[in-house]
Amino acid sequence: MIDTVVFLLAALVVLSGALGVILARNPVHSALMLIMTLFGIAVLFVAQEAHFLAAVQVIVYAGAIVVLFLFVIMLLGVDEADNLETEPIAGQRPAAGVVALASVGLIVLLAVRSMEVSSGAQELSHALDGEGSNLEKLARVLFTDHLFAFEATSVLLVIAIVGAVVLARRPPADQVGDRTSRAGRVR
Amino acid sequence: MTVEPSWYLVLSALLFSIGGAGLLVRRNPLVMFMCVELMLNAVNLTFVTFARMLNDTGGQVLVFFVLVVAAAEVVVGLGIIVAILRRQPGADADDISLLKG
Repeated sequence: MIDTVVFLLAALVVLSGALGVILARNPVHSALMLIMTLFGIAVLFVAQEAHFLAAVQVIVYAGAIVVLFLFVIMLLGVDEADNLETEPIAGQRPAAGVVALASVGLIVLLAVRSMEVSSGAQELSHALDGEGSNLEKLARVLFTDHLFAFEATSVLLVIAIVGAVVLARRPPADQVGDRTSRAGRVR
Repeated sequence: MTVEPSWYLVLSALLFSIGGAGLLVRRNPLVMFMCVELMLNAVNLTFVTFARMLNDTGGQVLVFFVLVVAAAEVVVGLGIIVAILRRQPGADADDISLLKG
């Protein structure tokens, strides 16, 4: 009974937050609605006994990624409301609605089908239930079977940091808007 | 009335589609980016649901990697958006068409 109530409340939070993201005119409101959705997802993770991922969801997504979004919005000063009345391409919104409805139908169909198919062989060595905490089991798999992928993600993060620094660097004042001299200097 | 795994799958399908519709409709690059995050979260929810359904940690490990890649993607993407908007203030998705054939 409590499970059902928790699921329904979290689902309401997730869906209303998601609709808020795409319907809010102001990007700041979109970002706040995104936080609401992320918290709802974290609640659903806890309900499915993924405690570590719920914590990471709140810390990384709500704590870091959305704050980064808000920083960029404030930095660029694009927090004025978008004009949502005009439709730049004729018939774009009805088409998007049709695509969204079709994708809901297809994904639900796929999920129902996969529930029948995926009841076969289960991997016994990495079971989620049994002794130990969720974090312990996750760490054991992560640092044995997926060690290479884990190291690769660390390289990926370093590359992302370097890329962000290069992209966000402000060019020297004499080169702004002067593409030819800039390209010459790079060569 | 117990919560079935299929409820979670339907919820994540709805979330994914809302994100996709937002990506198609909105023109502000920042909001489009937030819609991509919504879609990634829908997929994460599906992974966690299947991990519990099949009693396997693999799904949860994959969610961990999705989180890392999403963080890297946001960092680089926001860097690109900052660079574009600095050059061309107030640009939206239609203004960035230099590569259009």
